[in-house]
Amino acid sequence: MANFSDYKYKRVTMFLGHYGSGKTNLAVNFALSMREKGLSVKMADLDIVNPYFRTKDSEKLLKEKGIELISPAFANSNVDLPALPQQAYSLVQRKDFYAVMDIGGDDRGAYALGRYTPYILEENDYEMIFVANFYRPLTTTADEAIEVMREIESACKIKFTAIINNSNLGNQTTAEAINATIERANELSKKTNLPIIATTVVDKTGVIAENLMEITLQEKYFDIKD
Amino acid sequence: MSKVLMKGNEAIAEAAIKAGCRHYFGYPITPQTEIAAYMAKRMPKIGGTFLQAESEISAINMVYGVAGAGFRVMTSSSSPGVSLKQEGISYIAGADLPALIVNVQRGGPGLGGIQPSQSDYFQATKGGGHGDYRLIVYAPASVQEMADYTIKAFDTADKYRMPVMLLADGTMGQMMEPVELPETTVQEIEKPWAVRGTQNKRKHNIINSLYLNPEELERTNIERFEKYKVIEENECLYEEFMMDDAEYCVVAFGIASRISKNAVIEARKQGVKVGLIRPITLWPFPNKVLKQTADKVKGFLSVELSMGQMIEDVRLATECKKPVKLCSRTGGMIPSPEQVLESIINLTKEAK
Repeated sequence: MANFSDYKYKRVTMFLGHYGSGKTNLAVNFALSMREKGLSVKMADLDIVNPYFRTKDSEKLLKEKGIELISPAFANSNVDLPALPQQAYSLVQRKDFYAVMDIGGDDRGAYALGRYTPYILEENDYEMIFVANFYRPLTTTADEAIEVMREIESACKIKFTAIINNSNLGNQTTAEAINATIERANELSKKTNLPIIATTVVDKTGVIAENLMEITLQEKYFDIKD
Repeated sequence: MSKVLMKGNEAIAEAAIKAGCRHYFGYPITPQTEIAAYMAKRMPKIGGTFLQAESEISAINMVYGVAGAGFRVMTSSSSPGVSLKQEGISYIAGADLPALIVNVQRGGPGLGGIQPSQSDYFQATKGGGHGDYRLIVYAPASVQEMADYTIKAFDTADKYRMPVMLLADGTMGQMMEPVELPETTVQEIEKPWAVRGTQNKRKHNIINSLYLNPEELERTNIERFEKYKVIEENECLYEEFMMDDAEYCVVAFGIASRISKNAVIEARKQGVKVGLIRPITLWPFPNKVLKQTADKVKGFLSVELSMGQMIEDVRLATECKKPVKLCSRTGGMIPSPEQVLESIINLTKEAK
């Protein structure tokens, strides 16, 4: 992770966005980066929409780094039971640590956040991040992304405060592929009046980052692990 | 069109739309629910029909109706849901109608579990419903292939007037990979048999699978099997990987073939001359190439996410000329490349 040093972490950080935009991967990396800076972090997997590929997959890594993960009771089992863990309330009711919340995709996923909304709004120290991947077929333009944002906001009753441009084509991501999305990310930022707090890249060799075009506005470059 | 990042399930749905499918009927079940979710979002925007039926049985009968009207139509489900659809599939086969049925398999039997599986091989290839019939069965092994074979499935279904199945699994449905979807691929053919109203200009068409006269029923069965012979001749697809000098042959499809490829590469590094044959159509099964291969190699390894179903077809195709061993996991578990490699090494010891 690079150049993300002057960001001021909020007490609660929530990751929301379209299905498959990379919320879970990003949330795990975000939590790890906070931990590296010596902050006390707890994480909640509140994805009750998709039982495959979830935060629970990273539980061992998180535990090693000293991050407690709260996830639904039957996560990664053979039971598809969309029930939220009771312990998740501790993330919004206790304030002696930083909380990172990974929420399910689209408005359907965002409904799960709704029950914690009153606590989050009352405390009023949160960042609600829209994770944008312009290579996802239903959010290929700024306007399509805005449509998804509005649906999510009306489901969880909290407004977004920031954007992370997480555009990628999986293992076929190149600098050109990311560069091609910068304009759309900026358009999304302007139209929603929200800052882009990071542009992400999985970059084992450093080649991609080297070839990224100069990023304007408030974007930062954020290198994430697989 | 440029590349997008899609889940296998989404790739199926978007490819179906590209292929001209404007009618989707289904009932949600993990791990294929994204197909229905995607159709629910897209179909209203393009003048199509998305309908969540009250059950899988209801959905497949809606497919029967739209197929009879001659429009491109599909349904999708996962293993327990596909079992429920079997009666309808048999009716569609009996009425000689084109339709696409997608099965994103999960562990069984019974409700089983939500994790990936390939244990519906028998059901898909041997006729899960009653009566003498076949489905053309495509087994994609990447998200790109999920899209490509969805489009192909609509074309072959129309060409032969029969139901076609896309057989994937939970991993293929959920994994995300870059995909390129073609802009226009619709090659819809004339369907003079369709029931769309006669406008008093022709004799009415009948969609039916009931024959009161046994001789007539037998005749339709024989005619249908003549058609199946043509399909076996023309529509069989498979991929050969490192088979040129192979002394051992791994046979695997779908997600199991991807794991097996890694194991084959690793075995080659250790000096074992092994290759892979990947059936892309499970019916028609690549019998010819396997029969020829049986004369060249010392043994076969069938890698499956089941207790061993395709292995029976490998033995039939190779006429049991060489030993055929099994490497498998079930219940939603997936064999690791290391497990497949170990099975390859064991095969070299047992079949010299």
